[in-house]
Amino acid sequence: MDFVRNFPFFSIMLSMFAGILCSILPRRAARWVNLGAVGTIGALSAGLLGYLLKTGESYTYLMGHFPAPWGNEIRAGVLEAGMALFFCVIMLLSLLGGQKKLEEDVAEEKQSLYFILMNLLLSSLLALLYTNDLFTAYVFVEINTISACGLIMIRGTGRTIEAAVRYMIMSLLGSGMLLLGICVLYDLTGHLLMSNIKEQVALLAVSGEYHIPLMVCIGLMCVGLAIKSALFPFHAWLPDAYGYSTVSSAAVLSSLVSKGYIFLLMKLIYRVIGFEVFKDSHIIDVLFVFGLMGMIFGSLSAIRENDIKRMIAFSSVAQIGYIYMGIGMGTQFAMAASVFHILSHAATKSLLFVATAGLCDVSGGSKHFVDLTGAAYRDKWAGAAFSVGALSMVGVPLFSGFISKLLFAQAAVNLSGRMLPVLVVLGISTILNAIYFMKTVIRIYTPVKENGAKGNQDGRLLYPLVLCLFIALNVILGVNSQPIVDLIEQGLQMFA
Amino acid sequence: MGNLFVNFGEAIAMLLFVIGFANLLLHKNLIKKIIGLNIMDSAIYLFLAEKGYIAGRGVPIVVDGVQKVEAYINPIPSGLVLTGIVVSVSVSALMLSLTVCLYRRYHTLDLDEISTLLRKEDK
Repeated sequence: MDFVRNFPFFSIMLSMFAGILCSILPRRAARWVNLGAVGTIGALSAGLLGYLLKTGESYTYLMGHFPAPWGNEIRAGVLEAGMALFFCVIMLLSLLGGQKKLEEDVAEEKQSLYFILMNLLLSSLLALLYTNDLFTAYVFVEINTISACGLIMIRGTGRTIEAAVRYMIMSLLGSGMLLLGICVLYDLTGHLLMSNIKEQVALLAVSGEYHIPLMVCIGLMCVGLAIKSALFPFHAWLPDAYGYSTVSSAAVLSSLVSKGYIFLLMKLIYRVIGFEVFKDSHIIDVLFVFGLMGMIFGSLSAIRENDIKRMIAFSSVAQIGYIYMGIGMGTQFAMAASVFHILSHAATKSLLFVATAGLCDVSGGSKHFVDLTGAAYRDKWAGAAFSVGALSMVGVPLFSGFISKLLFAQAAVNLSGRMLPVLVVLGISTILNAIYFMKTVIRIYTPVKENGAKGNQDGRLLYPLVLCLFIALNVILGVNSQPIVDLIEQGLQMFA
Repeated sequence: MGNLFVNFGEAIAMLLFVIGFANLLLHKNLIKKIIGLNIMDSAIYLFLAEKGYIAGRGVPIVVDGVQKVEAYINPIPSGLVLTGIVVSVSVSALMLSLTVCLYRRYHTLDLDEISTLLRKEDK
């Protein structure tokens, strides 16, 4: 066996042990351990991705010495390795970009705790990406929820604790439904490993036996994960959780945590239920409709918002609607578009949150639009980065958001029944996006008379550098999209 | 209807799940929400335990040589219940500690009242 095949296991363990190590280290050392762990895991994932591209097939890896129907397994393919690499890059950039704000927001003795949570979050995300066992997935979903809750409440203000409580309540409802779905599926098939379940589900689908319990458990799992990733009617917890937490938390939560759950859902669809069975069930229509509604209502709420961070949070609701719409279209190509949108949204949303922190800093710490007037002149880098993020979200060519909209539209054209709603809602949503993002860009570029509060730019080389890297990532995704889309399609084929 | 009486354990588990779910979702009082969470989780464990037991079979512990397969139940559902209990205990502890934090600040357990107080604080 090649040594590279150990890498997924190493990555999960490395981030977990880095978390344990952080608990005894002082603040600065903990920060370096955390950054080092994230960077190393990124490098490991890149190595694994290269190896998988060379061999061209996925593999399963035994955890322990028990073979298939009994033991626990890890599975790695191109899509998993690519996602792991991407998650590490985003997490690294968000941590670096939000570092100064973190030192202001969080009490000094709590900062090393923050890095424990980050490490735990990364290890649970990696486990969700790689695991081939349903119950392991459930356990790591809960670990993910707990560490995300910690990331929200670390500031310790009343607002953040309340947001954390609301987040926990909704997530616990979601994970309860997910667990029930997994248990029913286990009773129906007698297996916990994804590949074994898929064989049994295919047999059940052919014979037509236990049709209703099967549909019930697909529904439970889908709705559970939809609640956890804030699909439209279940998004009530989201604006507070993203809006009041510290910058790195908001960036990581919006771009990684919810995406981890969506990736798990895709995994369930392909590797547990089977794409064809899922397509024949009516749950796919429900996801489609809620995705469309989310695209519109998320944007409408964002337009009404007066607080810039909450506006970006509501825009997340709309973008998650896009992803679910892609899942709901029910073709391979639409699924690939959804995966691409996961990447593009993660790159853009974390950029927006980090840039917003800079803009708010030079406006006396206020998040309200009135005080943000002319902020882009006070912090030029943050202003430019915010504009790039906004243009990408609206879907201007050259940036990543355009490619994902293009892919969704292309996927819709091949569909007979769903072409019209997809194209119409895509158009409306783009206009709504343009309304609130351009409003903000115009606001921050409106000159003001007294330009007294010029931000102190000295000693902040890191922040502009991070913003440049974010912009570069966005442009790479937007310009060089074809190889990435090919990679995703190859990964999806390996998935099934 | 016949099936319902044969599988009354599972039926009760589902009933409890719905009760717990509604409690967690709809109650304003934080402690009652946490109780709802525990009812919901316990209902799932009851369901698993009920499904995992087959009348007339013993625990899978080998005492005097391995007997035939029909003598034992599958140990995995019980293992899952244990894992699940660990998870739900830690989640309940986290929720309770958050509740303590909020109660110390605002002297109430009502989540809506806390939101109103927070909005006043902002102004």
